[in-house]
Amino acid sequence: MAKEMLKGNNAIAEAAVRAGLEAYFGYPITPQTELLEYLSKRLVELNRVFLQAESEVAAINMVYGAACAGARVMTSSSSPGISLMQEGLSYIAGSELPVVIVDIMRGGPGLGNILPSQGDYFQVTRSAGHGDFHPIVLAPSSVQEAIDFTILAFELAEKYRHMVLLAADGQIGQMMEPAELPPMRPLMEKRPDWALTGAGDRPPNIISSIFLVAEEMENYNKMIQNKLKVIRANEQRWDEIYTEDIDLLVVGYGTAGRIALTAVEEAREEGMKVGLLRPQTLYPFPDDRISELADYVDSVLVVEMNAGQMLDDVRLAVGGQVPVSFFGRMGGVVPMPDEIYNAIKEAYTKTTAHKAA
Amino acid sequence: MIESFLFSGFGGQGVMFAGQLLAYAGMDTGLETTWIPSYGPEMRGGTAHCFVVLSDKPIGSPLVRNPKTALVFNNPSFEKYDPLIKTGGLLIVNSSMIVQSSNRTDITTLNIPATSLADELGSLRVANLIMLGAMLAANHIIRPEDLKQALADHIPAHHTDMLGMNYAAVDLGMEHAVQVLAR
Repeated sequence: MAKEMLKGNNAIAEAAVRAGLEAYFGYPITPQTELLEYLSKRLVELNRVFLQAESEVAAINMVYGAACAGARVMTSSSSPGISLMQEGLSYIAGSELPVVIVDIMRGGPGLGNILPSQGDYFQVTRSAGHGDFHPIVLAPSSVQEAIDFTILAFELAEKYRHMVLLAADGQIGQMMEPAELPPMRPLMEKRPDWALTGAGDRPPNIISSIFLVAEEMENYNKMIQNKLKVIRANEQRWDEIYTEDIDLLVVGYGTAGRIALTAVEEAREEGMKVGLLRPQTLYPFPDDRISELADYVDSVLVVEMNAGQMLDDVRLAVGGQVPVSFFGRMGGVVPMPDEIYNAIKEAYTKTTAHKAA
Repeated sequence: MIESFLFSGFGGQGVMFAGQLLAYAGMDTGLETTWIPSYGPEMRGGTAHCFVVLSDKPIGSPLVRNPKTALVFNNPSFEKYDPLIKTGGLLIVNSSMIVQSSNRTDITTLNIPATSLADELGSLRVANLIMLGAMLAANHIIRPEDLKQALADHIPAHHTDMLGMNYAAVDLGMEHAVQVLAR
C-alpha cells in the first residue's frame, strides 16, 4: 500500500478498524476527538458497533461488557477522560480482559488545557486504576508508529489477555505525516474460550473481579504478577540511534523523543558524542538495554513533557552507575529543539569536565 | 536538506489547507514531510498557523522556532513571525491585509497583494494559493506542476469546480512574485 498523509488520530482509528476492531465506545474530548469522529462514520459503514456514551464512565463500562462477551473492543480519550475511566480500567484488569485504550495526553493537572503533554506517564504506567497491576503501555512518536502500535496493541492484548494502553500526546494526534496503513484483517472468527457467549451445553464461564477471600485474591494477584514477569521479559521495545561510542545518552519517548532526535543530531554536528534511546514501551520499560548502556556512557539526560516521571524509571534502570539529569517542559508546552540542545550541551559539558578532572 | 515553512493567518484564510497542499506535494515528490497545526484556543476568532517541514531525511521535530520560509496573511502573524525568520530566509506578506513591511535586510521579503489579486480573479478564497504560488517563485523545492497535481488530488470534492481558478491563482502568484523579485 502507498503512503498517505494521515493525521495521527485518524490513522489510529483506521488502524484499529484494520486490526479487526468490532466495537468502539467513547466520549469526545480534545485533542483526540477526530478519532471518535472518524470511527462514528467508518464503523457504521462497516456495520460494526460505534456508540458515543453519555460519559467516559459509561464508555469504559460498555468496553468492559463487550470485552466480557469476547469482542475486539477499544475506547479512546484524553487525560481527564482517562481519569474518569480509572475504576473501569481496574475492573477490566481484575477480570483479565484484552482491551485497548488510547490516551492522547494533554496538559494538566485538572481540566488543564488541550495542548500536548506527557504528564500522565505515572498514571498510565503505574496502574491506570487501583490495585496491583500494570497495563502494557505503547508510546508512538510518529504517525507510522501510531498505526503500527495500534495493530500491536490488539495483538498483545489478546496474546496476554491483558489491557494495552496506547499513550500518545496531542501533537501525535493532531499532526499529519506520510504513513502506510496495513491491509484490512478479517474479524475474529471464533470467540475466545473464556468469553461469555451463553453456556449452552458447556460449563458456564465466570468473569469477575470480586475475590472476597483474601487468599483467592492473592492467588489472582500472583497470576497477574507472573504474567507481568513474562511481559517484562518478552515485550520491552525501544529504538536507538547513534548509541555506539558515546559519552552522553539522551532518553525520551513520544513527541519529546523525536524532538530530542533533532537536538541530538545538532549536538553531533558540533562534535559531541551523544546518542538517543527512545522507549517504545513505557511498560514494560526497556530497563535491560538502558542498564547495559549505563555500563559505558558517562551520563544520561532524560527529556520529557512533564516534571520528570519516566526519569524515575531511567534512574532505576541506571541503578546509580552514572549521573542522570533531566530537562522537561510542562502544562502543554512542547520543547523546541534548541532548548533540548542547550540541555544536552550543559549535561555534556559537565560530563566531559568531570572526566577530564 | 531540510526546509521549514510557517503559514499563519485568520481562520478562514486557508492557511491550514495551503500548508497541507505543500505537504502533499512534498510527499508526492518523495520527501519526508510533517504538517502540524495550531489547535489551541487561539483558533477561535484569532490567528491560526501551521508548520510544514520537508526533508530528505527522517524529520525529528515538526515544530520550528525559526522557520526558513513564512507566509503571513494578517497583521498579528506578521508581527509575530517577521522577527523569527531564519537569516537568509523568505517572508511572503499578504500586503492587501498587512500595512507594515519588514525592515529586515537579512531575509528576502515579497509583498504580494494576495487578497486583492484573488478578488480580481473572482474569489477571495484563492488568496492562499496566490501566496503559495508566490512562494514557489522564490523557493524551488516544490515544482509548480507538483503543487497543481497535489491540488487536483486533494481539493475537497465539493470544490472541484474551483480547480481551474486554483491553478490560475498559483500561476498569478508566481507571475506576480517574479515581477517583484525582478525589481
